Amino acid sequence: MSTVEFRGFGWRHAGRKAWAIRHLDLRIEHGERVLLLGASGAGKSTLLAALAGLLAEDSGEQEGEVLVDGRDARRQRNTTGIVFQDPQTQLVMSRAGDDVAFGLENRGVPRAEIWPRVDAALSAVGFPYDRARSTAALSGGEQQRLAIAGVIALRPGLLLLDEPTANLDPEGAQLVRTAIAKVIQDLDATLVLVEHRVDEALPLVDRTVVIGDDPDAVWSPGAPLPARRAVTAPGEALLTAERLALPHTAAVVDEEVRAGQALAVEGPNGAGKTTLALLLGGLTKPRAGRVTASAALAGRDAGRPPHRWRARSLATRIGSVFQNPEHQFVTDTVRAELALGGASEATVDHLLQRLYLDRLALANPFTLSGGEQRRLSVATALAAAPRVLVLDEPTFGQDLRTWRELVTLLADLRDEGRALVLVTHDPQLVAAIGDRRLELRR
Amino acid sequence: MNGTWLGRRDAVAKLLAALLVTAAVVTTLDPAASLTVIGVLLVLLPFTGLGLGTLWRRGWPILVSAAGIFGFTVLLGAQDSPVVAHVAGLDVRENAVGYALRLLAVGLPGFVVFATIDPTDLADSLVAHLRVPPRFAIGALAALRLAPLLAGEYQLIRLARRARGTKAGPFSTLFGLLVAAIRRGIRLATAMEARGFDRGEPRTIARDTRFGWMDALVVALGLTLAVAVIMLKFART
Repeated sequence: MSTVEFRGFGWRHAGRKAWAIRHLDLRIEHGERVLLLGASGAGKSTLLAALAGLLAEDSGEQEGEVLVDGRDARRQRNTTGIVFQDPQTQLVMSRAGDDVAFGLENRGVPRAEIWPRVDAALSAVGFPYDRARSTAALSGGEQQRLAIAGVIALRPGLLLLDEPTANLDPEGAQLVRTAIAKVIQDLDATLVLVEHRVDEALPLVDRTVVIGDDPDAVWSPGAPLPARRAVTAPGEALLTAERLALPHTAAVVDEEVRAGQALAVEGPNGAGKTTLALLLGGLTKPRAGRVTASAALAGRDAGRPPHRWRARSLATRIGSVFQNPEHQFVTDTVRAELALGGASEATVDHLLQRLYLDRLALANPFTLSGGEQRRLSVATALAAAPRVLVLDEPTFGQDLRTWRELVTLLADLRDEGRALVLVTHDPQLVAAIGDRRLELRR
Repeated sequence: MNGTWLGRRDAVAKLLAALLVTAAVVTTLDPAASLTVIGVLLVLLPFTGLGLGTLWRRGWPILVSAAGIFGFTVLLGAQDSPVVAHVAGLDVRENAVGYALRLLAVGLPGFVVFATIDPTDLADSLVAHLRVPPRFAIGALAALRLAPLLAGEYQLIRLARRARGTKAGPFSTLFGLLVAAIRRGIRLATAMEARGFDRGEPRTIARDTRFGWMDALVVALGLTLAVAVIMLKFART
């Protein structure tokens, strides 16, 4: 088990003006299980990367020290293990067993010793398949379990988990939390966990640490949440889905997207939520059934289905926010990203301020933190002022402050008479502004 | 990849055998030599676990190209080789048959071998027997695992651009795909580094990489076939 100490630690990524994190003093005793909290962009991921010894000296500027067991963290990498958010980019091999073995091979563990350790790690996380299982055939939650197995097979003294459930649906997240709870029972390791949803992570830890100067941004049990259901009756149907087919399910969707109403689309992964978002957003052609726009929404394109509108017209009528914000970025500054569709200076400034992006106006969108990127992608859709907004997981990974701000902003837009389609796993978002619910099944 | 006799053989041995046969076939235009190679491989097909159906499904472009070459050579090729048949009033000369069969004979060994090589085994074998640095072999293997994701990603980026109101030409979408692929690659590299990859320490291989008698036999078979092709070439000229 390892002891961790930050002494006046600060880190500034190369090419950035602002420090990702600064003046941090923190000591974590061996065997402690710590939940690390902080606003989006407060430097939580940077802190974990520093602990894992992954901040190369030439990739930025450092102040102070990061010590693991009294030595520089970069020289203690053999005692630390880290699990990241995205399961896709952590698995290396095409068979589950080989993937767990990967770290052991790198450490030069003899072959005879590798396979017993692989089997032990797989059973410790409750991996339900055999070693030959293809890693591509696993669900997100299963992939993340496998990633944890790959790390604990190395018997780290310090286990770092960087939002391991952030990219998963509630079912997958629960799988991973169960695996973590099971693993830390038997593992002699100090644990540092970064998670946004405190109530779900609290049972796993014995201490919480808040970093950054904005404790209000931290999710905590019982924090007051806005309740902004629509107060007026919904207006006309702007989009109508008729007998719309979704992949992998026999069900068809008949639904209206009405002005002044927030339609929440829920359901497990694989139920076709994202496909429905693409269809309603006028981005793909329905395989069967159709999507029609009202005359008021379609304007010059009256009678033509949204997927055949020109891109420029589409963006001013139906705005879409994708699950992965990076797919939508096309320029190299936050400000240019917002001005792309011809939005006025004033609109851009207003959006920057409203979504706490003003201090990042000149940053490259790809260098923002996950939470900041999501805010920016929502802001870009708003800049074109469309009457319909289709948002795929808009509140993913947001801290409490920006969550509140997003919800308030979306509710305001709805009350102005816009229609919202919210594809989401976030029950609190649905509770706060979902006026109508559509549950998709697998 | 499959549990058949050839499927279990060492990847480098299979590659070497295919390379020998291919090199021998390239030197000759003799239809008999090409036919020999094609015949032997078809006879060996049951040992590879590949059905004729799979062969057709994955290999039809080679067949189509061979047919194309045959047609072109019959219609436009040089008139200096002996006529072997008359079909629908056209002279079919030996070189037309030779070119078409050679393409098949060149393609088939590599095709059969690659269809029975598991990428993981290939990387292991390259590292163990040819001393290829793990950095390249395992790095390429990890990158390969991400490749199937790219098709879906391309589609999403195209749609995301459309949603932003920009015309999504293939060039701009490909550029977006490149950016996304690089970012994925960086994340993957970080995760690999965090698990101790490429730290300059000696690395073990978890899977069996012994080069046994049976693997040597694969190379010997390839060599025999190659020698037979060359001998046939000289015997007939």
